[in-house]
Amino acid sequence: MCLAVPAQIVKINDDLMAICELSGIQKEISIALIPEVQIGDFVIIHVGYALSKIDEDEARKTLEMFS
Amino acid sequence: MKYFDEFCDASLVKECAQEINKIGDKTKQYNFMEFCGGHTHAIFRYGLNQLLPDNVNMLHGPGCPVCVLPGTRIDSMIELLKINSQIILCTYADLMRVPGQQGKSFSDIKAQGANIKMIYSPLDALEMAKKNPDKEIIFFAIGFETTSPSTAMSIIQAKKLKLTNYSVFSNHVLTPPAVKHILDAPSTSLNGFIGPGHVSVVIGLDAYKPYTDKYKQPVVISGFTPLDLIQSIYMLVRQVNNKTHQIENQYTRSVLPSGNLNAQKIIKEVFSIRAEFGWRGLGNIAHSGHSINEKYSIFDSEVRFNIKFAQEKEHPHCACGTILQGLKTPLECKLYKKVCNPDNPMGACMVSSEGACAAYFTYGGN
Repeated sequence: MCLAVPAQIVKINDDLMAICELSGIQKEISIALIPEVQIGDFVIIHVGYALSKIDEDEARKTLEMFS
Repeated sequence: MKYFDEFCDASLVKECAQEINKIGDKTKQYNFMEFCGGHTHAIFRYGLNQLLPDNVNMLHGPGCPVCVLPGTRIDSMIELLKINSQIILCTYADLMRVPGQQGKSFSDIKAQGANIKMIYSPLDALEMAKKNPDKEIIFFAIGFETTSPSTAMSIIQAKKLKLTNYSVFSNHVLTPPAVKHILDAPSTSLNGFIGPGHVSVVIGLDAYKPYTDKYKQPVVISGFTPLDLIQSIYMLVRQVNNKTHQIENQYTRSVLPSGNLNAQKIIKEVFSIRAEFGWRGLGNIAHSGHSINEKYSIFDSEVRFNIKFAQEKEHPHCACGTILQGLKTPLECKLYKKVCNPDNPMGACMVSSEGACAAYFTYGGN
């Protein structure tokens, strides 16, 4: 239950639900906690809810910390 | 998996470990605690502790909600299932094998015919309530601030859908009061904390401020990959060397300084903070649990089924209380590996794979 995974939003449905994709697997999740997400965004999914959007620039900075 | 695989690059992780070696003061002892069980699991799984210099010591905190759930709360639910055959209990898989104080787990009583379903999300519990209008659906809700908003949303949704057969048994706990409890221990030797990334996604950075200010402890909020964790340890070493005690955010790709304001609003709408809540291994901690607001009491299983709890009693030789505070290691417990193992857990740190003792047992900690 504590495991959260990064996945990409591929479709936005009614009632703040969306389809996300992770390694070829698609699943319907709720975006009620971050209703502003858009198709193409990567999000952290936790127990069926998108919790936060992943910031690509910040991810790159983390990877380049010592370079 | 994008945003995961590239953060597991061994060369980047080793490079950062070398940087820790470079800046570490060999005459100093650095004792850091990772609060979150997910971090404990990752540190052992990826062998990060073996990359650290001898004077950088990781201690394992109480941030595994399954571990710290009092066994009496499982007992109470088992009692209720025995007397009310209308109930379908929905629970996360993590809880199935955890024995209550009476020694029985949900798996045991499911084998005897109790109606218990494993679910991935509160959304599944709602679906169960829609499909079974003649049954009472109880969601055994558990977790820190990461899962509280999803549970809260399920209650808001149930109200909207006018579901009258859905209720939540709230075992949600709060991170900051537990951090305070650990730092209040008079014999603590901690020099810094790794803060839980996904809790912080929700609550933000300022929630830790009282502890960095009062206890002068550096806190680094960390992601869950090997690179995230080793960088967070580097940032803590740097803060100790510079004698600073700031809240630093390593997990900037996911954690905003303010947290998720929408999720915070939803938590506030549905939950109240209990005067105190019991933690297996640590006892009662003030203001550390979430109960359901009176406004939503028809969705509160505790009210709906008048659930009562017995006082939790720990095994007299179980060292979990001191392990969870970073005062002992699992190897210093009399029960560890002798009578206490993942198949027969005696205390909080062994009941879930994310507990310190279970991680030691699985990955050979020493």
